Amino acid sequence: MLNVSIYRYNPDVDAEPYMQDYKVDTQGKDVMVLDVLEKLKTEDPTLSFRRSCREGVCGSDGVNISGKNGLACITPLSAAVKGNKLVIRPLPGLPVIRDLVIDMTQFYAQYEKIQPYMINDSPAPAIERLQSPEERAKLDGLYECILCACCSTACPSFWWNPEKFIGPSGLLQAYRFLADSRDTATEERLANLDDPFSVFRCHGIMNCVQVCPKGLNPTKAIGHIRNMLIRSAT
Amino acid sequence: MANMKTMSFDAVIVGGGGSGMRAALQLAESGYKTAVITKVFPTRSHTVSAQGGITCAIASDDPNDQWQWHMYDTIKGSDYIGDQEAIEYMCQTGPEAIFELEHMGLPFSRTAEGRIYQRPFGGQSKDFGKGGQAARTCAAADRTGHALLHTLYQGNLKSKTTFLNEWYAVDIVKNEDNAVVGVVAIDIETGETVFVKSKATVFATGGAGRIYASTTNAHICTGDGVGMALRAGFPVQDIEMWQFHPTGIHGAGTLVTEGCRGEGGYLINKDGERFMERYAPNAKDLAGRDVVARSMVLEILEGRGCGPDGDHVYLKLDHLGEETLNAKLPGILELSRTFAHADPIVEPIPVVPTCHYMMGGIPTNVDGQALTIDKEGNDQVIEGFYACGEAACVSVHGANRLGGNSLLDLVVFGRASGMFIEKQLREGINLKEASEADIERAMSGLNRINNSEGGEKASVLRAELQTIMQNYFGVFRRGDFMQQGIEKLNELRPRIENVALEDKSNAFNTARIEALELQNLFATAEATAIAAEGRTESRGAHAREDFQERDDENWLCHSVYFPESKTIGKRGVNFNLKTREAFEPQIRTY
Repeated sequence: MLNVSIYRYNPDVDAEPYMQDYKVDTQGKDVMVLDVLEKLKTEDPTLSFRRSCREGVCGSDGVNISGKNGLACITPLSAAVKGNKLVIRPLPGLPVIRDLVIDMTQFYAQYEKIQPYMINDSPAPAIERLQSPEERAKLDGLYECILCACCSTACPSFWWNPEKFIGPSGLLQAYRFLADSRDTATEERLANLDDPFSVFRCHGIMNCVQVCPKGLNPTKAIGHIRNMLIRSAT
Repeated sequence: MANMKTMSFDAVIVGGGGSGMRAALQLAESGYKTAVITKVFPTRSHTVSAQGGITCAIASDDPNDQWQWHMYDTIKGSDYIGDQEAIEYMCQTGPEAIFELEHMGLPFSRTAEGRIYQRPFGGQSKDFGKGGQAARTCAAADRTGHALLHTLYQGNLKSKTTFLNEWYAVDIVKNEDNAVVGVVAIDIETGETVFVKSKATVFATGGAGRIYASTTNAHICTGDGVGMALRAGFPVQDIEMWQFHPTGIHGAGTLVTEGCRGEGGYLINKDGERFMERYAPNAKDLAGRDVVARSMVLEILEGRGCGPDGDHVYLKLDHLGEETLNAKLPGILELSRTFAHADPIVEPIPVVPTCHYMMGGIPTNVDGQALTIDKEGNDQVIEGFYACGEAACVSVHGANRLGGNSLLDLVVFGRASGMFIEKQLREGINLKEASEADIERAMSGLNRINNSEGGEKASVLRAELQTIMQNYFGVFRRGDFMQQGIEKLNELRPRIENVALEDKSNAFNTARIEALELQNLFATAEATAIAAEGRTESRGAHAREDFQERDDENWLCHSVYFPESKTIGKRGVNFNLKTREAFEPQIRTY
């Protein structure tokens, strides 16, 4: 029997959060953490968490698993259980709505701040805008972000300044548009980021890279933005 | 109820996936007050899981490609019960809709010429089936749905669409004229119930693959739109037509794109034989999905399945080489390693046909207007009510959808619905106000669940439902089995209506949502069962052992399921092409 300890808090019922202990029979199988949560929910329907695709592409089930942020649906027990114990908490640093469900408003607000859409004011051609495979390759490692918030909620700078520091996820997306040969708003985008907090609160701690379930590298993208900002200032 | 909160919009779209966000974008750009109600944050909708691409004759791979060839393939693929007018519209309008997405920023993969990369998919041909395999599926690596969904969300942010994220639509509000004037919805975070009033209500609620035990579909695909429409007394069409995707990962159910076979992968049985050469000598592994899925099941039933239980086959990719796999199918490598513990670079992926797509749904015309059938058998528009995407049956997929046509359906008909509603709003929509009794009626299902005492757990009932559907209404169907299945559903119905909800708290109560979703799953499953039992022929995805032939004399038509009588009727297929003569039904071989 696997020992599972889960953060519980229902504002309608509980005065304060607590850890609830469960025992789960996994039949020795190396299932995913989400399978354990689903099994527990059949026994205890009050347990709340988000989930959708169960294959690591929708980004719903970012949680803190035995101390590390990740997606429950693609984290196998073999990577998460220590000493027959699994500890599941909500992603840290953002307000908890209930149990494992966090309020992601600040996270999304930072995403919206970077103007996460293509800007190109030249008249669109009758077909697609052409882009070479080499230009397109610059978007690899950037566009795949699933907005799960594992990275930003693992970032001490984001914990300190969630309203001013864009955070790794938002900055990865900022660079996704800066790097796109079809986007013409580079100057506007850089001006929008050119303050002491938006980008420069990143101290290269690289927790974001450690936890990204898609294997993306926000720190590298932030480095590119810094270079662009420095170059545009000179 | 007099003090129930009301919000008012010009247009409300229920569902934040591809079709809903495309419709919303159209309306928000036109300046109308538009809201999207979505039970998950939009980029978590199931469109995100689409992998291989979006099929469209943009003439990149082949400069001489023609949308008419795509139209022919789609009609043939539908086994001739797709509406030809709708298919013509989709294939002809498609390129425009794709280029719009590209201009919006969708990061398509590229050819050396800088154009959008297209790959071969099943059922594609050149020159009306006479010119060999076409490569018509536009791709962003194997993450096309993700790229498309995020691009549409970004476009909606730019256009300042109102998003009611993590709101759950419970039921339709109808006025005294039987017109739809909005929905009752729950704000999941607070538990508050709101009447969301609208001049135009668009259902873009997606599919219901979770009626089956084994599905590629996300947990959220629970047929909410179909369930709500049926409870409101509106019919659904061709709901017996469910696509089983040939390549779901054995055990996990997660999808492996048809693009794998498009890039040159193929299926093998336990003897290592490329068995599709026997079933479809020309198209082989790129035959229609219904054909491939049935062939796989036959291999397994005849003892040539793989693994210790002989219950799956293998998808072989290693011969394509590491470089190609990394460039073209990076997401598949991840999924296979995670869920099949198989690295496709060196070993095959264990796969099995898995429920994937609902071809049927709420019948609509090409403008997205939902239809019902009057007593004389004529189509009748339901005022105020629209549907698009998988929830709708327009019908471009008929009895079998071609790979890559789902994403095209989403954007083309999401866009078409938006454009038509925009026109209607400009001309003025005047529907009578809902009375308190009208709203109260839409609250009754929720009230019942909120007041439930005793009853069984939603998770237990859901699993029973999924097992019944899997066992009695799967890839192969038989009348006597289906009748048994319907009996079992009848026994299950009162238990599901009486589902337990012990936790009555308000904050993010997912148990309440799951209890409501269960009602929709059941409604969709029941309609599927009755329509499947009623269609006494084999066509497309609907394969009956007791009626093995296609019966054009009696069944070259849509089935229409009426919820009040629980009976099925027939509706004619549209053969009215604007640009040429209709494609007459042919024997369908690949």
